Amino acid sequence: MRRLLAPVRATTGTARWLLVAGMLIVALFVVFALFADWIAPFGFNQTTGADGIKFEKLSPPGGAHLFGVNDLFFDVYSRVVWGARTALLVVLLSVLISVVLGVALGLLSGYVGGWLDRTLVLVMDAVYALPSLLLAIVFAFLLRGTLGSGVAAAALSLTVIYLPQYFRVVRNTTVSAREATYVEAARAFGASNTTIMGRYLFSNVIQSVPVIGTLNAADAISTLAALGFLGLGIQPNEASEWGFDLSRAMDDAASGIWWTGLFPGLAIVLLVTGLTLVGEGLNETVNPTLRKRRFAKVEMSEPAGRTDPLGVPAGVGATPAGVAVEPVADWGPESGEEAAR
Amino acid sequence: MSQPVIDATDVRVWYGTPRGSVKAVDGVSFAVQPGEILGLVGESGCGKSTLGRALLGLLPAGAKMDGSLLFKGEDLVAMSDKERFAHRGTDLAMIFQEPLTRLNPLMRVSEHFTETLRSHHPKMRASEVEARSLEVLRLIGIPPSRWKAYPHEFSGGMRQRLMIALALVLRPAFVVADEPTTALDVLVEAQIIKILHDLRRNFDTSLLLITHNLGIIAETCDRVAVMYAGKIVEVGDARTVFRDPQHPYTRELLRSTITLATDGLNSIPGAPPDLVDPPPGCHFHPRCPDAMTICPQFEPLLLARDGGPSRVGSDDVACWGTRTAALTPQQRTPLVREELAVADEA
Amino acid sequence: MRAGSLPRYLLQRLLLVIPMILVLLTLVFFLLRVAPGDPVTATLGDRLPQEAIDARRAQLGLDRPLIVQFFEYLGQVATLNFGEAISDNQPILGVVRDNGGATLTLTLGAFLFALLVGIPLGRLAGRRRDSAGDVVIRIFGVVSYAAPVFFVGLLMQMWLARPLGLPTSGIASPRVMFTVSAEPITHILLVDAILQGNWAATGDILVHHVLPCLALGLLLCGIFIRLVRVNLLQTLQADYVEAARARGIPEKQVVKKHAFRNALVPVVTVIGLQVALTLSGAVLTEKTFNWPGLGFKLLQYIEVRDYIAVQGIVTFIALLVVVMSLVVDVVNALIDPRVRYQ
Repeated sequence: MRRLLAPVRATTGTARWLLVAGMLIVALFVVFALFADWIAPFGFNQTTGADGIKFEKLSPPGGAHLFGVNDLFFDVYSRVVWGARTALLVVLLSVLISVVLGVALGLLSGYVGGWLDRTLVLVMDAVYALPSLLLAIVFAFLLRGTLGSGVAAAALSLTVIYLPQYFRVVRNTTVSAREATYVEAARAFGASNTTIMGRYLFSNVIQSVPVIGTLNAADAISTLAALGFLGLGIQPNEASEWGFDLSRAMDDAASGIWWTGLFPGLAIVLLVTGLTLVGEGLNETVNPTLRKRRFAKVEMSEPAGRTDPLGVPAGVGATPAGVAVEPVADWGPESGEEAAR
Repeated sequence: MSQPVIDATDVRVWYGTPRGSVKAVDGVSFAVQPGEILGLVGESGCGKSTLGRALLGLLPAGAKMDGSLLFKGEDLVAMSDKERFAHRGTDLAMIFQEPLTRLNPLMRVSEHFTETLRSHHPKMRASEVEARSLEVLRLIGIPPSRWKAYPHEFSGGMRQRLMIALALVLRPAFVVADEPTTALDVLVEAQIIKILHDLRRNFDTSLLLITHNLGIIAETCDRVAVMYAGKIVEVGDARTVFRDPQHPYTRELLRSTITLATDGLNSIPGAPPDLVDPPPGCHFHPRCPDAMTICPQFEPLLLARDGGPSRVGSDDVACWGTRTAALTPQQRTPLVREELAVADEA
Repeated sequence: MRAGSLPRYLLQRLLLVIPMILVLLTLVFFLLRVAPGDPVTATLGDRLPQEAIDARRAQLGLDRPLIVQFFEYLGQVATLNFGEAISDNQPILGVVRDNGGATLTLTLGAFLFALLVGIPLGRLAGRRRDSAGDVVIRIFGVVSYAAPVFFVGLLMQMWLARPLGLPTSGIASPRVMFTVSAEPITHILLVDAILQGNWAATGDILVHHVLPCLALGLLLCGIFIRLVRVNLLQTLQADYVEAARARGIPEKQVVKKHAFRNALVPVVTVIGLQVALTLSGAVLTEKTFNWPGLGFKLLQYIEVRDYIAVQGIVTFIALLVVVMSLVVDVVNALIDPRVRYQ
């Protein structure tokens, strides 16, 4: 908990305010995701009420349906709440897999070096250069045959996008750890190779991964929604996914039905904004050049005065001797006599 | 005696930090005469760079300054930002420590000079800009063929020459040089020092040379001021101070420099004090070999060597050790230090 | 060639690009040709009998060893031949020519909007750090980046299009589309309309551009705001900025010539990096506004599982991204003389 709050304490003013706002937004969606069963009045693919009567298609917000009903007879509010679970689950999975794979490949590449390193770097650079959505589209397209269109396929499609970033960070730190002069120095003291590299890497990676991870999570939410919007993401019977609901809402928009698109869209905007704010806040604490220095108000005491305790006036240049201030306290009468003599 | 170019009295510069105020400059008085080179020497973190910046009004946000700082009779502390800004460049100039990063990498040498001159003389013709700049560059030792070059095409020493030329092209009356050679190698250092030393002959400029290198002071300066923990502890004619230092800190500083005659390295024990909460009395007393009972109790004022008040051009020192005659025997007894005893045991 | 000269730098960059292209082509080939199995079966398997499929495979040369096909693919790409779609027999180069123009004008319009709005806002925010304006601009930047293009598009279609009388679908009215594309000159609809001197059509096409460019532009706008702001904050603290102040250069000019100009250098690089992101955004914008661009076409081919067509378009986009990064590097080298030495 203390570590978690450290960035909040390190920031001030606006930066802190934005970071806290981001954390609150993310926390809200985490609560949605964890307690969807209790918060959502209906299931994500429920089309009939407890009484067995089918929901009224496209009924506007109000009554039993806070955000209305969409064209697939789903309760929009429940879909929004359940969507938080889908989004966070997919993103968590994809970021986790990218981190694990990225760290493993990066360590291997940086440590082994040679042609393996060169090839991996080239491949990762190539993957990184491609438009991320295009990659996700291609992978979702390819995985549809084998993994279907559920959470796992979506998570894997996103993994490919973020893998190169972690690979690069870990690989570069590994290489510089190998070359760092103080590693040489520590080696001279008898520390083993792996201990040094482990410690060096850990401290570097632990710094940058949370920042990249949070910003990637924000991006992953958008990309997941984009896949859903394009019909290449999670299908509505597998889980609730905001992007898919938005794609259905496109047709409603022309006929003045706003509630089927507005709420899932706002959910995406809010969650991505929250994650971005947290990521940027973390970045400012990790990257001190972005941080504003903290100042306190300067309270100057009265000038100390320029009267010598021993009674000799001082002065420089054309200026007259300064204002006399009472002699320093604790100056006993006995020494005062001494000075006068 | 003519009017001093800079006449500082009781200048204080404090920074606000969450820990409390950093008293970077705390009651400093000095004067610089026209054409004079004053060296300001001290350990890093003693406030000498802050003092240099304060003269140009380049203090960071969160700094507060008081006292009086007269430039040719006008008080820089009292004047508005706008008035102070009007002095920058034309009257007061600054040369920085790191020449590599002080030139805009995207601007040619010519653009730097044109911008500088045109900012102060908006109507100056291009031909005159070039003529004036090339004249200064020639004196500084940069050939006119480099006029259109970019900063990255120059070595560190050459870039420092460019910085000096940029400062001098406006013919300022007073230049602050903040550690101008620290980032350069020794051969280049000597060339830059020679340029600075020749300044007053070529440009009739006074110079405040901030450095931690006593060798440079000895070679270049007319007078020297020694700063410790935000205060000037000794000031005077450079040769007199070096030959016969009065303050124990000056003495220790001189002893810790390496010369051919040195057979061992001497360093001053202890670390520079925390400027948020400096030691009471004389700030140097915890590290002073000659500390007496009075030293932590009362702060000594900067007085002339003869014990009288400081005068224009006088050699001054702020140390109880120079005034033992005026102290009681009890005040004169050597200071008993617990911390040091502990350190000795360890 | 002199070290640091532009031609030499160009040559160095070109030599670095070649392995990159080879790796990309290999990736695309193995991902899209090898992984999913036979493309003809995938596309036409449920429509044609096995003999017809085999005949088609032989005709396309897909029955030969993979390695032969791979080298043939490389050879084709070298001559800018991206193959032929299985589903509709269209050469992909023709698809790129006919639909690329729409994507081009869309992205250029979006970039223009993002630069015109994002850079001044970013500058304002960086100049007045932590002021109310800074906070508002920052939040605007984050939200406009966070809002998916299709959601912004949806909102526009619901609440902006009707009151402003702006079209929400396609790049032109059907009749304009028909008349202008009847005599293609550059295959870029907007340019053709201008070249044909058909001002009514030009106006119609421009009006169709407004909402899509705005939607995509907002996404990029957030990036520029953030980037310019952060860069300006850093250059404002740069040593040369302080040195310029010490020379008595007016603060306005210090900000403009020293801090702001230098803060824009990385922006050029980022514009280059954003080419990929812009293309991602363009795919979504095209889908949202039924924009007949390359992304729209790609999605159509994905729907019918035409692997060859998808491979062709992805190959083209990959090449485009690499070429654009090269162009950006060269532009960068022209602006910042230091780059050439690195």
